[in-house]
Amino acid sequence: MPTEILMPALSPTMTEGKLARWMVKEGDTVSSGDVLAEIETDKATMEVEAVDEGKIGKILIEGETENVAVNTPIAVLLEEGEDDSDLEDFSPSAASASSSASEEEESEKDEPEERAASSAPRSTSKTPDAYDASGEIPEGTEMTKMTVREALRDAMAEEMREDERVFVMGEEVAEYQGAYKVTQGLLDEFGARRVIDTPITEHGFAGVGVGAAFHGLRPIVEFMTFNFAMQAIDQIVNSAAKTRYMSGGQMGSPIVFRGPNGAASRVAAQHSQCYASWYSHVPGLIVIAPHTAADAKGLLKAAIRNPNPVIFLENEILYGQSFDVPVMDDFVVPIGKAKIERSGDDVTIVSFGMGMRYSLEAAEKLAEEDISAEVIDLRTIRPMDMETVLASVRKTNRCITVEEGWPQSGVGAEITAQIMHHAFDYLDAPVLRVSGKDVPMPYAANLEKLALPHTDEVVAAAKSVCYRD
Amino acid sequence: MARQAAKKPAPATKKSSTGARKAKPKFSKEEIEKFYWDMLLIRRFEEKAGQIYGMGLIGGFCHLYIGQEAVVVGMKSAITDDDAVITSYRDHGHMLACGMDPKGVMAELTGREGGYSKGKGGSMHMFSKEKNFYGGHGIVGACVPLGTGLAFSQKYQDSKDITLCYMGDGTVNQGQVYESFNMAELWNLPVVYVIENNEYAMGTSVKRSSAQTELYKRGESFNVPGEQVDGMDVFAVAEAGRKAVDWVRSGKGPYILEMKTYRYRGHSMSDPAKYRSKEEVNKKRAEHDPIDHLRQTMLDEKIHTEDELKEIDREIKAIIADAVEFAQDSPEPKPEELYTDVLA
Repeated sequence: MPTEILMPALSPTMTEGKLARWMVKEGDTVSSGDVLAEIETDKATMEVEAVDEGKIGKILIEGETENVAVNTPIAVLLEEGEDDSDLEDFSPSAASASSSASEEEESEKDEPEERAASSAPRSTSKTPDAYDASGEIPEGTEMTKMTVREALRDAMAEEMREDERVFVMGEEVAEYQGAYKVTQGLLDEFGARRVIDTPITEHGFAGVGVGAAFHGLRPIVEFMTFNFAMQAIDQIVNSAAKTRYMSGGQMGSPIVFRGPNGAASRVAAQHSQCYASWYSHVPGLIVIAPHTAADAKGLLKAAIRNPNPVIFLENEILYGQSFDVPVMDDFVVPIGKAKIERSGDDVTIVSFGMGMRYSLEAAEKLAEEDISAEVIDLRTIRPMDMETVLASVRKTNRCITVEEGWPQSGVGAEITAQIMHHAFDYLDAPVLRVSGKDVPMPYAANLEKLALPHTDEVVAAAKSVCYRD
Repeated sequence: MARQAAKKPAPATKKSSTGARKAKPKFSKEEIEKFYWDMLLIRRFEEKAGQIYGMGLIGGFCHLYIGQEAVVVGMKSAITDDDAVITSYRDHGHMLACGMDPKGVMAELTGREGGYSKGKGGSMHMFSKEKNFYGGHGIVGACVPLGTGLAFSQKYQDSKDITLCYMGDGTVNQGQVYESFNMAELWNLPVVYVIENNEYAMGTSVKRSSAQTELYKRGESFNVPGEQVDGMDVFAVAEAGRKAVDWVRSGKGPYILEMKTYRYRGHSMSDPAKYRSKEEVNKKRAEHDPIDHLRQTMLDEKIHTEDELKEIDREIKAIIADAVEFAQDSPEPKPEELYTDVLA
């Protein structure tokens, strides 16, 4: 029985890549470890090695093919004793469904929703207190498709061109071009003085960044993931967040701590944690968690210019997702303002970051059942734009929150308390929270799926507060 | 111990000679007078702080610097006003040596509006951008990466300024200190790490906490040169300080100075003093006091007369009295201040 060689994934979140070139041809005999082909993504290049020995029976996908989905059969290997005749009644299987592949489908689905949301009539359902994000992009502005990854890189590059004090430091940000390729190209443009590879020394380089900020620089400190920032949390909280207050306003730390936050895919408990509520607990910090590429760009530029320490929470799964980004010389999104991503009248869904994906999908499903959901993207977790949330709740009288973090003392818990305080009389149902489950993140694919919030849970919670379950 | 790194042939980590103390000082009359003046100011300030703490005017933690004055005064004489200074929580002496106003420091201790941090920082958290004093940090070890970051900024901005980053013998067992030594040497940063070894981290002696008790050697695995200095002798400190500062300012990277010193008072005001004997403290005081020693030298070498020294004593007494008056008269911060200075 011939063996299929499948398109490999270079990372847990890779969904597709380019089959750059074959290093072997049909009929070649290969042994275990031989390089068969080269694969490229926007992040990296990798060699595909033979796992078994045998003869290359057939190449199914030619070199120079873009967008080959992970797990697609790319060649067939004949084992000893097999020959080309064995290929005749062999039909390659389709790409097996992986969580990565389904993410790609989801992201494609998200985009029409984006457009629908931005063209939806809003004037009828707005109240004076709600922030109107439609003014952020002037009417008629040209839009371009861009991944969140590119948007973040462009934001840093633009700010570095404008301000000599801005520099980037972190593990693998320079020569490696970023562990997740967010800093790709920055070393070439700005040189090693301003794009600095650090040793693996989070506590140390976080403190170095804060000290440099005290002294007048504008550091961007990249954590390879925010999980590793726990090593540095003393410098973030005790040194960065509190010094302005402790110095009676004399000395601040204008610094951005950024990197991927929350669950990626199958990286288990120590690498899959959301820190939004942790940092949002701390006075003296600003906490931002964008969902779209436009917000990632506009808010990161705002964060770099801000005189305060900013925690900028990104998401590995969103890095590769494309959104419309305005083509503007200087597109900046204000910190501390939520965005009504989709208008509705029956229930308010409040979320941020990756939670927005579940929320927008849920809103679409709810619409099919005649439930009109208003979806609010907080964008900034601290200071939180409760005005916009409360204005929406006063209109819909129902609210649910969606986040990937744990439930206890989470962002949803805070929103719930604020709503109870400021809009109790407007509520027709208790506010419900959809969150990550109250367990460390499991590794097994099925358990991980159960541990994370998902769209159906958002739908169920929304129906519950509408008494439609 | 020969250094391995080829780029820096000298100096190896070493102990400074103990004979330096006996030699006739190589400093001008003005310099010597300033040493005396600055050390005495710190001594009298801290004695007064201890007294008014006892009267209930100062709250919380209060860590006195008495006994260690020669370290900050000698080191300050080796730097310029543009150089940066940062330390941990036993910081009153550092601030006074940097030229910060005793009134503002004392009023911060009493938690008043006139304090350097408007009463919001207290003993352990004071700063002066004007005097290039970057705190005053309450978490043991935190000031070391922060100080390394100041030096990073100085180098980034191509300035000739350097950073003095102080820490105690307790701090040197924190991991972030070594993360900092590594980066400072790797990036050739202009920072002098001054380890004030007063022999006790709270109640734990260096012997009971440190596998390597020669703290000047703590940079060896990062190729950071180190030197041990008699921190009770302001001349020895000033000389070692000049050498280290020259090294660092000339672009050769970081340098470690271990100052062998001693604190007479407890770790903080609530020290049970059970971990060392009264005899030990009294012996240090009697034989090694930096101020008594300098005063004696000034008289023996006929640099100053008894009357001149008495005049200095009087001046300082008046300054401290003013500081205490100011610290008591300055009002408490207004309630509105509770919510200011959280964000810019």
